[in-house]
Amino acid sequence: MTTMPMIESDIHPAVDNPPLPVFVPEDQMPSRVGDRIIQYREALKEAMSEEMRKDKRVFLCGEEVAQYNGAYKISQGMLDEFGPKRVIDTPISENGFAGMAIAAAMTGLRPIVEFMSWSFSFVAADPILNNAPKMLYMSGGQFGCPIVFRGNDGAGGQLASTHSWCVEALYANVPGLKMAIPSNPYDAKGLLKTAINDPDPVFFMESERMLGDKAHVPEEEYYIPFGRARLAREGDAVTLVSFGRPVNFCLEAAETLAAEGIEVDVLDMRTIRPLDIESIIERVKVTNKVLVVDQSWPFASIASEVMAQICETCFDWLDMAPARLNTADVPTPYAKGLEYDYLPNPERIVDAVRKML
Amino acid sequence: MTQATAASNEQSTMNTAKADSPASGLAPTAKTAAELPKEVLVKWLYDMQLIREFENRTMQAYQQAQIGGFCHIYTGQEAVAVGTIGCTNHDDPVITAYRDHGHALARGMTPNACMAEMFGKTTGCAKGKGGSMHMFDRPNWLFGGHGIVSAQTPMGAGFAFAAKYENEVMGTGKKKVTLCYMGDGALDQGCFHEAQNLASLWDLPVIYILENNGYSMGTAIHRHTANAENLIDRAKGYGIKAAKIDGLDIMNIYNEFKPIVDECRENSRPAFIDLKTYRYQGHSMSDPQKYRTKEEVDTYKDKDSIAKLCSDLMNMGHIDEAGWKSMRKEISDIVRASVEHAEAAPIPEASELYTDVYANPQKNLSPTATYTHGTKNPLM
Ligand SMILES: Cc1ncc(C[n+]2csc(CCOP(=O)(O)OP(=O)(O)O)c2C)c(N)n1
Ligand SMILES: [Mg+2]
Repeated sequence: MTTMPMIESDIHPAVDNPPLPVFVPEDQMPSRVGDRIIQYREALKEAMSEEMRKDKRVFLCGEEVAQYNGAYKISQGMLDEFGPKRVIDTPISENGFAGMAIAAAMTGLRPIVEFMSWSFSFVAADPILNNAPKMLYMSGGQFGCPIVFRGNDGAGGQLASTHSWCVEALYANVPGLKMAIPSNPYDAKGLLKTAINDPDPVFFMESERMLGDKAHVPEEEYYIPFGRARLAREGDAVTLVSFGRPVNFCLEAAETLAAEGIEVDVLDMRTIRPLDIESIIERVKVTNKVLVVDQSWPFASIASEVMAQICETCFDWLDMAPARLNTADVPTPYAKGLEYDYLPNPERIVDAVRKML
Repeated sequence: MTQATAASNEQSTMNTAKADSPASGLAPTAKTAAELPKEVLVKWLYDMQLIREFENRTMQAYQQAQIGGFCHIYTGQEAVAVGTIGCTNHDDPVITAYRDHGHALARGMTPNACMAEMFGKTTGCAKGKGGSMHMFDRPNWLFGGHGIVSAQTPMGAGFAFAAKYENEVMGTGKKKVTLCYMGDGALDQGCFHEAQNLASLWDLPVIYILENNGYSMGTAIHRHTANAENLIDRAKGYGIKAAKIDGLDIMNIYNEFKPIVDECRENSRPAFIDLKTYRYQGHSMSDPQKYRTKEEVDTYKDKDSIAKLCSDLMNMGHIDEAGWKSMRKEISDIVRASVEHAEAAPIPEASELYTDVYANPQKNLSPTATYTHGTKNPLM
């Protein structure tokens, strides 16, 4: 792949895509159970490193990614392996380095831009929203923008309102970008590898609170296609639709409910744009009740979008109005207990489900 | 020139390498403009006049509502685009702001593609999706046309970064310089300061060309930026080589700018150039110009860069009255033909609305839209 043509070629980004990874059906994916237990952050590093070994066009830049080994130790060891030309420490200059990386992507390079937190991406709002997702359209198909922006999204641990942003609803509004939001190490790796290979700008949402989560991640290579949700738990009472960190809250809540004899679905969307509405419809036809659990604010949120799509596509299958559970509609508080109450935590999910029975 | 290159409205391929010939696609090697071959100097005159004539027709078409949106006229500044681009190789990246018709033509975009874009037609450089402010030309290494003031400045650093990366990591063996044009209004944006810091910190070969026409819309430069008389000191504060150049005399631009291009390329370093120039027309097509006097405009028209070059070339014996007359006639025909082309070109099909949004248009990307690949861009 290092010999992929750069801009000199007559490759047309909107027509002649470079080859995409091969995606296999879900039942042929490598097993999710096993004893190769690694952390979410290591899964991310494996994804980046594997793609960087294959393709010299891929590089990583961001604050503290190189010498410091990552503010959250995601890129630990990558400087040693790939050197300072491909693992690049940037100044605290999001607008500058995001714009810079977008230009590099237009010429055919494949930048991975790490935002220490998506909360810091607002100072780069113009390049990431006005340039990356619109370049292909504005140039009439001449310049694509194969770039990955990734970083922590959502409440960390008591970081209060400036540092706890969930940007998915704000950003997913913009056509031209894709958005992935894995909830566990296995998906984090498979989705990030796909993101790096996708010819469109991908906004990749991680969570500081999940970076230490551990799970089996297979040795063999795999790619998870965008737009394919995963049924993380199957039930019959209610379908919980979620993405990112709250999927784990849903699974906890499902355990509690199971102890009471209530079995719920947990559907992990994995990507928000594209959104696998077919998988939602399939489960709504079984449970006839749906609760969307979303870690961003309720007004014009991803939950609102999912509910709207459900009403448009499978209204007749619903026994009751679709429901949503978001973070409290207030700035993120600092105090530990308040922050917990603010989140769509397992207790709140259990309560919400009980009200639907 | 080979006037054939611009005249034929065909994409220039520029691959017959003959030193200091415009057809080589390589920057000339001559130390001073006076030593340049006649064909280069005559091509400059041709390109500047092409831009002027093109803009005259653009204004007419705008007044007839054939062109919509915001439209910014380059008249008065022709020497900047033609002179600076004339110091580069054809594959050195170029990026600019929204006053971009001149750069597009100087880079080799055909008048047809440029005019048709403003008419919103499928044969436009962006198939009618970008308009006046967003001229992109991939075969000619023009990366836009950007509507947000100063947004192009970090990107300018990015093309320089990419060229350096391609050379050092991918092993292309090519040293490129990026030209990043900006208006004086862009001086005041934070992202320009970030861009300068990155460019200097990382030794990026990008040249910021300030097209200092004295106004950011209706705000004179001394009202919008501090220490406006001494802008080059700012760049020097970032450790960036900086120079102030008279931008009305293209020979002078070559003499002073060419060594800077060569140096930035060789040493992989950024530069900042304060090029003093002037726009004859209003900021955009809807500007009553209350902020300046007619006398001021006339002072600059007296120093017109095209008239100056023309008289220099006549003194050098490179062109005579008859030659100049026939050149203008030829250009006028080409530009009129570009308007006719744009008028006759097809408007985009309704289905084009949903194309070129994604390079990999998978399903379920939108609750209402089904995206598809677009038709191949006419420039590619
Ligand atoms: C960020 C941003 N703010 C405001 C505008 C509106 N605007 C467009 S051009 C312009 C003036 C810029 O002048 P200058 O940079 O000197 O360029 P010139 O028009 O002289 O070529 C303004 C205010 C914009 N396009 N982008
Ligand atoms: Mg100006």
